[in-house]
Amino acid sequence: MMKIQHGEAERHVLTVTVDNEAGILARIAGMFTARGYNIDSLTVADISENHSISRITIVTQGPPSVIDQIHAQLERLVPVHKVTDLTESGPHVERELALIKVSGTGEKRVEALRVADVFRAKVVDTTTSSFIFELTGAPDKIDSFIAIMRELGLVEVGRTGIVGMMRGGNAA
Amino acid sequence: MTQERSGAKILVESLVRQGVEFVFGYPGGAVLPIYDELFGDDRIRHILVRHEAGAAHAAEGYARSTGKPGVVLVTSGPGATNAVTGIADAFLDSIPMVVITGQVATNLIGSDAFQEADTIGITRHCTKHNYLVRDPAELAATIDEAFEIATTGRPGPVVIDIPKNVQVATAPLSDAKPQRPQRYNPRLAAESDEIAKAIDLIANAKAPILYTGGGIINSGPRASELLRQFQALTGAPVTSTLMGLGAFPADHSDWLGMLGMHGTYEANMAMNRCDVMINVGARFDDRVTGRLDAFSPDSTKIHIDIDRSSINKTVPVDLPIIGDCATVLEQLIAAWGNRKATDLSEWKARIDGWRARDSLAYPRRSGDLIMPQYAVERLFALTRDKDPIITTEVGQHQMWAAQYFGFDKPNKWLTSGGLGTMGYGMPAAIGAQLGNPESLVIDIAGEASIQMNIQEMGTASQFRLPIKVFILNNEYMGMVRQWQELTYESRYSNSYSDSLPDFVKMAEAYGWKGIRIHDESELDAGIKAMIEHDGPVMVDCLVSKEANCFPMIPSGAAHTEMLLYGDVHAGTMDDEAKALV
Repeated sequence: MMKIQHGEAERHVLTVTVDNEAGILARIAGMFTARGYNIDSLTVADISENHSISRITIVTQGPPSVIDQIHAQLERLVPVHKVTDLTESGPHVERELALIKVSGTGEKRVEALRVADVFRAKVVDTTTSSFIFELTGAPDKIDSFIAIMRELGLVEVGRTGIVGMMRGGNAA
Repeated sequence: MTQERSGAKILVESLVRQGVEFVFGYPGGAVLPIYDELFGDDRIRHILVRHEAGAAHAAEGYARSTGKPGVVLVTSGPGATNAVTGIADAFLDSIPMVVITGQVATNLIGSDAFQEADTIGITRHCTKHNYLVRDPAELAATIDEAFEIATTGRPGPVVIDIPKNVQVATAPLSDAKPQRPQRYNPRLAAESDEIAKAIDLIANAKAPILYTGGGIINSGPRASELLRQFQALTGAPVTSTLMGLGAFPADHSDWLGMLGMHGTYEANMAMNRCDVMINVGARFDDRVTGRLDAFSPDSTKIHIDIDRSSINKTVPVDLPIIGDCATVLEQLIAAWGNRKATDLSEWKARIDGWRARDSLAYPRRSGDLIMPQYAVERLFALTRDKDPIITTEVGQHQMWAAQYFGFDKPNKWLTSGGLGTMGYGMPAAIGAQLGNPESLVIDIAGEASIQMNIQEMGTASQFRLPIKVFILNNEYMGMVRQWQELTYESRYSNSYSDSLPDFVKMAEAYGWKGIRIHDESELDAGIKAMIEHDGPVMVDCLVSKEANCFPMIPSGAAHTEMLLYGDVHAGTMDDEAKALV
């Protein structure tokens, strides 16, 4: 009997600057699907004054040879200007924003607010029985916050996915 | 001067400015404005095919035989989807092609309109790039960039989807070259330290091999000349992939023949045992490497490729060189300078030993029927002085053509390598004949493949193209049958070509000449009659029904585990091997 084997994967954060044109997101995301690569998260937004360039941050997983192929396949796309593997390039910052809605009253509500303060989450909406917290940080910090909130009346989570940047004074 | 022109007019003018001679196409609702512009315009010749797949393959045949981009024009919806196989074929074989597809008007896109298909979505991953043009003002610059992308770097197909209202609406068209950002800049030349490292490796090799591919053909005829020069300097033996045949002359004493699944014993053994492998414009395709963990285990590998994504994709290499084959070969030749070639006599003696296995030997007779290998050998012998262009379909006949027809020039061998598209050969021959009106163009076909685009006989008749179709008729999808024999204990599931048409009558019905060859005694005369006829000919050559294509590296095996004629095969395979290819 034959079984399908799966290889060992590493997590990498890639930033991609692209021409801000119709279909670019489908082209990038579709390339991952077509070639069987994973996308853990993907963020995209216009970053230029004249709206001509977007920056995409992709978190992906794969063995080193696959990560290298992903890099090369991205560079091969005509509207792609530059690809940087932040994980490969060295020290970098990864940040994510999350909105977390927690519902409850009494002890749990007080505890949620106290934990939010510890995590430096902001309250961006409140009713007498709920909060929406805004939290920014590295993904594992957000994971920990959400894990605690599960005990305290978590209702809904929205996360942006990661944006990343190299440390130091130079552009990637 | 700038004048207000319709999108359709801008398109036609832009194609003329790109030097386009032929457009292969089929009209339909969403391209009527373009067809109206073509009406009476004798600067571009429109070749009306019978099915859009034929248009795409004809454009490929034109491109591969001339080095110029092929241009396709089809309507929206089914017109575009029918062309997709040819587009995917051009993508895998890196053939320069620009495909213009009509689209429903911009206000109807997404409404499931009549003959609407998401052409951009469908072709996104089988094109080098594609465009949906939403304003005629963007057309000139888009077409200009499309041709640049299709023809430079690693060539490939580019689709331009043009909604019908964009063809009708107007925009200014200037005589000047369109202004656009230069955003596609492939790297052509190697760094000098890469060249120095390569020369050092090659000069010190005891058992070097040049493993060449379609990249040399795509780089232009000069790359083939430079390959020959570099080979003469180094003395390294040469093997080639299916796509690279013709870059190096088949009658050269250092030619090893094609490598890979149906390559020669000497080519595959030399690949396995070499100490330095110089890959020039090939991509370590699975049909070439066999089992990856046993592929050329002890060699230092140099890989010259214009596409960085080809490097380390399947086989890790020691010295990657990103650049154009001709440019890099030129750099290597310059850097070699006055060095003497290393003494490779020991290596060549080993190769001669492998050559002595005579791996292309086959039983001369099979009952009363002609052996297909012999038919190809005779076809080669009787046409070689005419320097023919050979196209093929896909299957056993394709491999026999690659094995027994000798090529000594680039752009003479047109075959569907990467995608393996049955039905490629006849439309490709049509395109090649248009691009090379004086050449003898022969499609070596199988009786199954030829039926996949047989409607293109009408195209050849209409445009008076004297193409020759030479069918090796064994009444089976021969390669499928061979695999079923070798891996599924001869359970020939659906591989018999039942209810075949009478190909001679079919030829006559289309105004072609039809010739049937039953017996070896008729073979030479039949081939000569085919060559001598001034017009299209279909030859139905009846051949041995159960001849196999050898040598063969079975699925999941290493280069050293080739099957040759006369070897005993079990007729089964384990699941791992079955799943591999």
